[in-house]
Amino acid sequence: MSVLIVLDQSDNQIKKSAFEILSYGSQIAAQMGISAEALVMGTVHDDLAALGKYGVTKVHQVNNETLNHVDGQLYAKTIEAVVSLTSATVIVFSQTHTGKSVASRVAARLKAGFVAGAAGLPNTDNGFIIRKTVFSGKAFANISIHTTIKVIALNPNSVTTLLTNGTATVNQLNLTVDSSKIKITAVNKITGEIPLTEADIVVSGGRGLKGPENWGVLLDLAKVLGAATACSRPVGDAHWRPHHEHVGQTGVQVAPNLYIALGISGAIQHLAGVNRSKIMVVINKDPEAPFFKAADYGIVGDLFEIVPQMTAEIKKLKGEKSI
Amino acid sequence: MKILVCVSKTPDTTSKIAFKNANTQFDDAGVQWIINPYDEWFALVRAIEIKEKDPGTIIHLVTVGAADCDPIIRKALALGGDEAFRINADSNDSYYIAAQIAELAKQNQYDLIFTGKEAIDYNSAAIGGMIAELVDLPYISLATQFELNANTATITRELEGGEEIAEVVLPLVVSCQKGIAEQRIPNMRGIMAARTKPLNILEPIAIDTLTSIVNFELPAPKAGCKMVAADNVPELIRLLHEEAKAF
Repeated sequence: MSVLIVLDQSDNQIKKSAFEILSYGSQIAAQMGISAEALVMGTVHDDLAALGKYGVTKVHQVNNETLNHVDGQLYAKTIEAVVSLTSATVIVFSQTHTGKSVASRVAARLKAGFVAGAAGLPNTDNGFIIRKTVFSGKAFANISIHTTIKVIALNPNSVTTLLTNGTATVNQLNLTVDSSKIKITAVNKITGEIPLTEADIVVSGGRGLKGPENWGVLLDLAKVLGAATACSRPVGDAHWRPHHEHVGQTGVQVAPNLYIALGISGAIQHLAGVNRSKIMVVINKDPEAPFFKAADYGIVGDLFEIVPQMTAEIKKLKGEKSI
Repeated sequence: MKILVCVSKTPDTTSKIAFKNANTQFDDAGVQWIINPYDEWFALVRAIEIKEKDPGTIIHLVTVGAADCDPIIRKALALGGDEAFRINADSNDSYYIAAQIAELAKQNQYDLIFTGKEAIDYNSAAIGGMIAELVDLPYISLATQFELNANTATITRELEGGEEIAEVVLPLVVSCQKGIAEQRIPNMRGIMAARTKPLNILEPIAIDTLTSIVNFELPAPKAGCKMVAADNVPELIRLLHEEAKAF
């Protein structure tokens, strides 16, 4: 029996979200006294044996170019074959874009109970109960999975990634893969920006910035922090910023370590997209802004005066550290 | 062209979330129910746009739920579906729900099955992928654009840090999100027409429930926001660095 951890890749690289689930899956395996094994589909240039440091003992690779692009239909068949090969009873995904298009298919194919958006380790004392976020992060539900095989998709940034001294053995699998019914005609990567969903720090702006011409202060702060930039819905709707930056219930949901909200009042729909952030900082001139109730740190004041000072202070701090 | 749009009943986005019966049930007192926004604004409206261009298109709506789903499915019909199906079962298990819809899809042989990218109550984003697997069709999730040229769909889907453009020959399943269509409001003509459109109640097929909710929890309340004076920005940075260890 094993826990099988299915890793995301793109551009021939294992994605950051994969490291968290490697550790997460290994922790589940340790808890259940079974082995932790990983699966990589497609061509990657990473050192797969080194993934052992996250706790897995084996990394299986199906090195087939057809799998370089995500096609849930092909992925589900491939994963099914590896599940039977590894006698996996728990299959772990990250609830990323790939996870969302693949994990549910795998669960249906194997008729396995599925929990998407898991928030932590399962309770395996008596059955298999796992906590997940519901109501867009406003609550949690404890879900009991009744089937022998369990499929879990973990919300990114939910658990601490633990490191070990281990290395993994790499097992190349020669599996037949059908041709894809999905023909990819273009891939447009946003370059020069940190992807919002992978960012450790997000700096986000709302109507309080008064217009797209004022975004410089926000961009300066984001740059010094190495942060991704985001915006509230009214800002996206007014085309002050591109749509893909809109975070909130109907936009992107993020869970960074630090979320800095500048001139955002904190409507309940906005909070639903950011409330899994570890630390939230709010700068707003309105002391009654609802965001202050959800935040960890706040300043009531004019963001155009405060934000440049924040940038300068952080520069100072980072400058001192690098000496 | 035959399109199936899957809709779900969810609490309004501004609802206060509370639970009852020892936290085992959602407390719906005072809650206003809506069509899940992703289903309504994006999946349904995009289907209606296809019908506007090709009037021979038939749009079926489906929901899995009890009789209290009827108002939202009538509203969906008022926006523009032709015929609705309510599968009369109350379940929170994604597999159970998807298998019911897959059964309807097998009977009716749709060219397109649209879902919202996720429901705002259980946030699993699971139904589209499960239906696709159960009827063995390609599935494109998180679509931000969808164009149809004869039998081939050109779809833009969101990736982490970018997008991918894919061509797929119908039939297929698509989960829809912002960008694919613009929200509409039902007009009086639509509301009147919806009264006479068929709403078929189907009994569920026998399907195993693979998961169940043990109970709910609300997040622990925040310790409260630590306020820093506007003229003391260095203190905020010190707290973030030393206390919160945020950078």
